[in-house]
Amino acid sequence: MSQLFHHGANAIARFTIFGAVFVVAFLGWVGFELNSSAWVTRIAQQRQQPVPFSHEHHVGGLGLDCRYCHTTVETSSFANIPPTKTCMNCHSQIWLTSATLEPVRASFRTGTSIQWTRVHDLPDFVYFNHSIHIDKGIGCESCHGRIDLMPLTRQVNTLEMSWCLDCHRAPEKYVRPREFVTTMGYHPAGDQVEIGLRLVKQYGIQDARTLTSCNTCHR
Amino acid sequence: MMDPRKKLDLAAVRARLQGAHGRDYWRSLDELAATPEFQDLMEREFPRQAVGWSEDEDPVKGRRNFLKLMGASLALAGLSACTRQPTEYITPYVRQPEDLIPGRPLFYATATTLNGVATGVLAESHEGRPTKIEGNPEHPATLGACDAFSQASVLQLYDPDRMATATYSGEIRSWSTFYGALRGILSEQKAKSGAGIRILTETVTSPTMADQLRQIRQLFPALKWHQWEPAGPHSARAGAVMAFGQPVNTYYDLSAANVVVSIDSDFLASGPASLRYARQFAARRRVRGNQTAMNRLYVVEPMPTPTGSKADHRLPLRAADIEVFAGALTAAVGTGRGPESGENHDIYKWVDEIGRDLARNKGASLVIAGEHQPPVVHAFAHAMNASLGNVGKTVFNTDPIEADPVDQVASLEDLVKDLDAGAVDLLLILGGNPVFNAPVELGLRDRLTKARVRAHLSLYDDETSRACQWRLPEAHYLEAWGDARAFDGTATIQQPLIQPLYGGKSAYEVLQMFTDRPEKSGREIVKDYWAGQHTGADFEVWWRRAVHDGVVANTAFPARQPALHAENIAGPARSPKLGGKFEVIFRPDPAIYDGRFANNGWLQELPRPITKLTWDNAAIISPASAHFLGVDTGDMLELTYQGRSLRAPAWIQPGHVESAVTLHLGYGRTRAGRAGTGIGFNPYGLRTAKALWHDNGLEVKKVSGSYEFATTQMEHMLDVRRHLFRAADIEDYKKNPESVHAGSEDPPRGLTLYPEWKYEGHAWGMAIDLTSCTGCSACVVACQAENNIAVVGKDQVRRGRAMHWLRVDSYYKGEIADPEIDNQPVTCMQCENAPCELVCPVQATSHSSEGLNDMVYNRCVGTRYCSNNCPYKVRRFNFFLFSDYETPSLKLLHNPDVTVRSRGVMEKCTYCVQRINAAKIDAEKEGRKVRDGEIQTACQATCPTEAIIFGDVNDPNSRVSKMKAEKLNYGMLADLNTRPRTTYLAELRNPNPGIEE
Repeated sequence: MSQLFHHGANAIARFTIFGAVFVVAFLGWVGFELNSSAWVTRIAQQRQQPVPFSHEHHVGGLGLDCRYCHTTVETSSFANIPPTKTCMNCHSQIWLTSATLEPVRASFRTGTSIQWTRVHDLPDFVYFNHSIHIDKGIGCESCHGRIDLMPLTRQVNTLEMSWCLDCHRAPEKYVRPREFVTTMGYHPAGDQVEIGLRLVKQYGIQDARTLTSCNTCHR
Repeated sequence: MMDPRKKLDLAAVRARLQGAHGRDYWRSLDELAATPEFQDLMEREFPRQAVGWSEDEDPVKGRRNFLKLMGASLALAGLSACTRQPTEYITPYVRQPEDLIPGRPLFYATATTLNGVATGVLAESHEGRPTKIEGNPEHPATLGACDAFSQASVLQLYDPDRMATATYSGEIRSWSTFYGALRGILSEQKAKSGAGIRILTETVTSPTMADQLRQIRQLFPALKWHQWEPAGPHSARAGAVMAFGQPVNTYYDLSAANVVVSIDSDFLASGPASLRYARQFAARRRVRGNQTAMNRLYVVEPMPTPTGSKADHRLPLRAADIEVFAGALTAAVGTGRGPESGENHDIYKWVDEIGRDLARNKGASLVIAGEHQPPVVHAFAHAMNASLGNVGKTVFNTDPIEADPVDQVASLEDLVKDLDAGAVDLLLILGGNPVFNAPVELGLRDRLTKARVRAHLSLYDDETSRACQWRLPEAHYLEAWGDARAFDGTATIQQPLIQPLYGGKSAYEVLQMFTDRPEKSGREIVKDYWAGQHTGADFEVWWRRAVHDGVVANTAFPARQPALHAENIAGPARSPKLGGKFEVIFRPDPAIYDGRFANNGWLQELPRPITKLTWDNAAIISPASAHFLGVDTGDMLELTYQGRSLRAPAWIQPGHVESAVTLHLGYGRTRAGRAGTGIGFNPYGLRTAKALWHDNGLEVKKVSGSYEFATTQMEHMLDVRRHLFRAADIEDYKKNPESVHAGSEDPPRGLTLYPEWKYEGHAWGMAIDLTSCTGCSACVVACQAENNIAVVGKDQVRRGRAMHWLRVDSYYKGEIADPEIDNQPVTCMQCENAPCELVCPVQATSHSSEGLNDMVYNRCVGTRYCSNNCPYKVRRFNFFLFSDYETPSLKLLHNPDVTVRSRGVMEKCTYCVQRINAAKIDAEKEGRKVRDGEIQTACQATCPTEAIIFGDVNDPNSRVSKMKAEKLNYGMLADLNTRPRTTYLAELRNPNPGIEE
């Protein structure tokens, strides 16, 4: 009986077995890159909104404080999206005929909520609490970026777990004095780590072991 | 549960018990019979049925399937992590309510009713969705605790099977059409003074509704109002009339009682004030440090109950013999004629000694008659309490809390007479399900059709709705305004938390149609009534206060002392002869009650106290009766009583009285909904007006066929020889506190190769006082509601896949005819040296800095190694997609602070870590430490006896630290050096030294 495979087949077999390592590694690399790509994390993507609300104009231009609209950020896990009433506080006086603002007026007239597209969306198994981060001196900017420069709100950080852990492992690198929490474009007056270590102590920020315990975020 | 089993060998069981030592506990008769199945169950992580693919599994194919699916799932598990988040939307309010902060729950005081009597609760609302019920600390009936029914009422609110629209003969109609039809009938009836109108309600304690009915009867003087409550306190009402010549409401103060005698009363776990009684009772049994005084409880009952499991002396007697017992005890106390003799010698076994114990504690003793005992037993209890000087000290009599305390059986019979006479033009049934639960001989289903127009206001389209042309959706108590009185007359305003989900209306709103102000809303009806009651100018302030507090101030009825007519009280002279037959005993089911909660999955799946039966009722008999009948658990019996018969599977219950069959009501529903229809069997089919609760003359016959129960008693079983449950008598404990732990082994803390880990900051721990735990199982439902625990169904429970994070184990000790019964709640122990953590390949379970065993659901890949390695068997695995992600109404039910677990994920108790974190964050924001008692786990918050205490063990002054410092404290399986954070305080009992058992 003649051989089914000719001599050259050995080389091909060796090559494929050897090559398989690379193929698997390559696929793994592709998967990893894809998963942390902007397409998956939605980083820097501008999302369609029913009203093209500009933080650049309201925060950067008019100088509104974050907490004028996001009232619950200091008291609740959830930093609320303002009710239509908040918009109408001003827009019942100015830009009365603007077509762009018609959805806002319609909402106020009919009592139907405006449906905003969520920009910063953590997975449902992550229980993030805004109020404690504000209390411990984590600036809005630290996670949300320079909101005052965004005509349409976009996400600037990956919101991946490794990104959260960067801070939870070493909060001194990010904390700022409480009075600067809503400041955009904050620069520490001195060495950040030095100031940070002092603030960590002053604000009673828990040690990294507690901050990186699973139940801090997952339950 | 166990497939083809051998018959129970009673002789072998007895022999084994005789060889056993006094301290030996057992969990089931199978264990005593030492069947191989039992050994297998104990050694396994899950019962055999819980693993594998299908029932007809081939071992080789099964393994192949396993490998195939494992390969596929491994590949898919990797991929599923890479999904892109779907786009989500945020819909803010248009005008945000003032007090509402999105992300923070609000609590509103309201009231739930059972048999018409109020239980004050606080309902937790997340952005307008009620998700959890807690007790109202300011309400006298709850004192902050909560029962299983109230806990499960949120599931009832969102039940997708609730009646969704009004119908007339099966066709959809609007409420206004019904109102139009009603107005037509009313104007017709006006001339006849309403002689053709009948209103049938459940028991009414609501002052507002009573006022409405009064007004209606002024407008229609000939209208008749009937009441029917299948499991109401009919005998207590009649007993008061016998003793005092008038209806009287009686309640107790257990905190002043040294000696309590329960005559078939499950006062610790059922009845309108059981939460209060349980708290007071447990407080008088708490042994701490030098405080070693305990009260003493005697219980006489046919079927073991949670109260019976707490008894220092429990005497199983047939229900009819209990009458004789009550008479004998009355004679022993010295206030009446005793019975001459009894066939059953047991009746007199302890009468003298109990009588002496009561007499020694005049003014500080208490005799409680069971709601289901006949009127004469209640009268005896009144007589005994009066002669013992307890009235005004431990017993309080007031005016009846019911709006109209009629004899409800007579009321229903009166209605039937009118139906037969064709005198009923309109029958309006407000709530209840009389077609299902009225005495069988009344034949209400057929007789109802004799009324010309029939309307049923109901949460469900049930058996009674079926017999009515108009079927009207009722508003749930969380959807409607109302009010009701508690056990002592205290009124509570019931405020709604949500708009009616299914367009329901309350009984108040329907009754308002009869009056000359039909347009009033539910709120106006209730508020206007109270405005009429309130004297003073500040009504608005007073009203807001009453609604806010959940208690209308100063509405409790004053205690009064009606004269006792001792001459009217006479019991039977001797105990009745059975004549070879059995006694039939009817009792409401511990979980679905009279059948009203039949479609509630949480309650259906709640392992019943004592039996640990789920999704079923049974013909409960004693081991000796089973032996006599030649049956084993699951064998079918034919029960014949007064010519009516019923087939039901037998359930052998150690501690049940001989020659009697206990049947729990509420099962056998034909129109309950997807969960409750067609399961169990219907004891209402035997229940007559003459024998609502028990009677002699039941013929029991074994018939062919067998039945599979789903019980959790044999699941998650630990080796009972390893000192899992520890107990002692108080006298022995006083002599030598260490005696409780005799034979057990506790390794020293240094016995490890690793350096000691120091917990800085908080270290959470729990202590469970077994002396306090009654096994009522409210904690199990509370945990289920708080932690989004799924319902799995009977078939899955049978395979050992029930998901409860908290289970209450039952242990028995002593003779099978009359064992001591013990309860032990078991949750994740949060071991410091946790065996589960070491074996997880993906670190989905790991230790937190505060000593919790964190469980990270999103990380879990479902190897189940952790569960395999858990010596306590407290981990639960989602074998299927048990959580309901689809049903729209059930989405509203979930606690938003806890992940809803998917298939293939392990889960377990986390000490309600969401509550810990919320409290920690609040404390940190206020710049203070978490206060002791600030964090209450769901089980702790609901526990009526305060048996469960959670706190920081690093704080030596916390309640939990103090409990753990007690000599009674022990860790379950601590000999494994797991260092459980949950520890137990051994159970203490206070038997009467004068009684030799």
